[in-house]
Amino acid sequence: MQTNEVAVRCRHLRKTYDGKVEAIRGLDLEILAGECFGLLGPNGAGKTTTIEILEGLLEPTSGDVEILGKSWIAHGRELREVLGISLQETRLAEKLTVRETLDLFASFYRRPRLTAEVMAEMALTEKSEAWVGKLSGGQRQRLAVAASLVANPKILFLDEPTTGLDPQSRRQLWEIVRQFQGRGGTVVLTTHYMDEAERLCDRIAIIDHGLTIASGTPTELIERLGGHHWVEFDATHNGSIALDTWHSLPGVEAVHEVEGRVVLSVREPHQTIPALLAALQARGSQLLHLTTRQASLEDVFVRLTGRHLRED
Amino acid sequence: MVADPKTEIIGPAPPTADAGPTAIQSENGPWKGYRQLLLARLTELKREPEVIFWVFVFPILLALGLGIAFRDKPAEISRVVVVAGPQAARAMSLLKASPSSRSIRADVLPSADALNRLRLGKYDLAVIPEADGRFRYRYDPARPESVLARAAVDDALEAAAGRKNVLITSSEASSEPGARYIDFLIPGMLGMNLLNSGMWGIGFALVDMRQRKLLKRFVATPMRRSHFLLALASSRLVLMLIDLVLLLGFGVLAFHMRVMGSWVSILVIAALGAFTFGGVGLLTASRAQKIEAVSGLINLVVMPMWIFSGVFFSYERFPAVVQPLIKALPLTALNDALRATILEGASLPAQAARLLVLCFWGILSYVLALRWFRWT
Repeated sequence: MQTNEVAVRCRHLRKTYDGKVEAIRGLDLEILAGECFGLLGPNGAGKTTTIEILEGLLEPTSGDVEILGKSWIAHGRELREVLGISLQETRLAEKLTVRETLDLFASFYRRPRLTAEVMAEMALTEKSEAWVGKLSGGQRQRLAVAASLVANPKILFLDEPTTGLDPQSRRQLWEIVRQFQGRGGTVVLTTHYMDEAERLCDRIAIIDHGLTIASGTPTELIERLGGHHWVEFDATHNGSIALDTWHSLPGVEAVHEVEGRVVLSVREPHQTIPALLAALQARGSQLLHLTTRQASLEDVFVRLTGRHLRED
Repeated sequence: MVADPKTEIIGPAPPTADAGPTAIQSENGPWKGYRQLLLARLTELKREPEVIFWVFVFPILLALGLGIAFRDKPAEISRVVVVAGPQAARAMSLLKASPSSRSIRADVLPSADALNRLRLGKYDLAVIPEADGRFRYRYDPARPESVLARAAVDDALEAAAGRKNVLITSSEASSEPGARYIDFLIPGMLGMNLLNSGMWGIGFALVDMRQRKLLKRFVATPMRRSHFLLALASSRLVLMLIDLVLLLGFGVLAFHMRVMGSWVSILVIAALGAFTFGGVGLLTASRAQKIEAVSGLINLVVMPMWIFSGVFFSYERFPAVVQPLIKALPLTALNDALRATILEGASLPAQAARLLVLCFWGILSYVLALRWFRWT
């Protein structure tokens, strides 16, 4: 369902709070209609500030935002009709039922979807007469997304949609996002879960300290690291062997050391590992530890910033 | 930094189910949002037992309690102790023979005991018969009932002893509805309720919604902000109507209160009060991010008016210097207007000055509130 039409575009976006704290320091994004775009970054990176500027809820200090080719200043009301927005942690009225809450949100739009249909799609029909206060975390989050879907939006903005949810609820939400995308919708979401970004997003911008430090499809980003796989090992006499030695092994693209262990970035582990074992044996050192894994976005982030995504 | 717009989905295959077109409701009219907001607000209030209690039950309980505590008692009975002695029996028989014997209750006690009980307030007056046949009174001039007892007993003893009245007088009791404490209280409670309702029902509710990010969520939709505020105000107007009927109805049924003015005038004044305090509530809530902060602000606004605006007692007791300030308070204007209409049957034009004071506060509050109000 994807065309080359641009759904969301921002240029040179800056946001300074109280004239001091620079939350965003010149951000450019171009999100295409029909894609699922993820803003990935640690807490405090500026993701929420960015998405709220795109949603027209925050004014940027400088820079332009265009949604479906229109600006917030000139077409605010019109844009509100076609956007579905789910904020981070909105606490909806506890004493209204699911149906009442959705009816309320539907009443704000000129042409909303049928609430019964949205409830069915979000697996909330059974809970339609339950008070919001009595829902589980996953159900509340589905209701929050449902409240944005009744708008029948063209673009869905989700700020940290699965934070704090159990694995099953997360999967349910991912499925909902895919369904929406399947109908031709555009999704913009923020997350600090790499697996979410990797599995759900067509393209990602990695944000840190208010700047995009990398962007592209998840595979592109991982490939840009110089390898799909990591081989990590520890052996006796390891310290006495220069790291450069391992460069000569077949398929090794990069070598570094993490906490006393050697980490090789490789293209083809099945070529590298036998050669590695042979090389160790030749030097008379014994293997103490060996693991291999696929590179993830986490590795991309660690590589780019020297920090882990989840550390604060 | 714009990456090459390549499309590739990582992870499970794209969706298959439910990807068809979606059903659309018939088009919503421009007032649909307002109606739904009002409905939601009233539904929420109905499900909040605290609201029912504080808005409807508490004022009636308070009026009932105060009405009973300060009700007009039947003619006061003076409690008198006669100090035991040879002349005590004569004093007792004189009191019994007097025309006002029914309003005097007398006991005979030994001297020390009698004076001690007088001191503790168990008796209003001690009658000490002297050896020479004279009676000495001991009383506390600071206690009105003590002064009253002295006069009553003196009069009773003199009359019983054969005093001739040179002037013929008669008296009748008067305790008409309209002049009692409960009549003063009910309009005051109504005013106070309108103040509380605006401050807590609008001010507090708004900050609560801001803190929950519900306000932000609403402005992320095409909802008209004016409809939101209007719905909130309308919900209070509905509560105001119920409150008015309950409190006045209670006064009429339980205390035989008489409503002298027209119900239309009362309604107009109450609605104006609700509008004004809705504005003050909105202003109080315009910036606060936390409910703790707004609670403090609300108390700051509400407390002085509870004390100075004549809710429970007349503000005429305060020094003359501060009277103009007190009269400039919106609750004073509202209470005075309600009392004049309910108790004296004053017409609306006669209340123009008070209604203008209310309008001034209301309009000022709305103007400032809408300038400062933060949705996020």
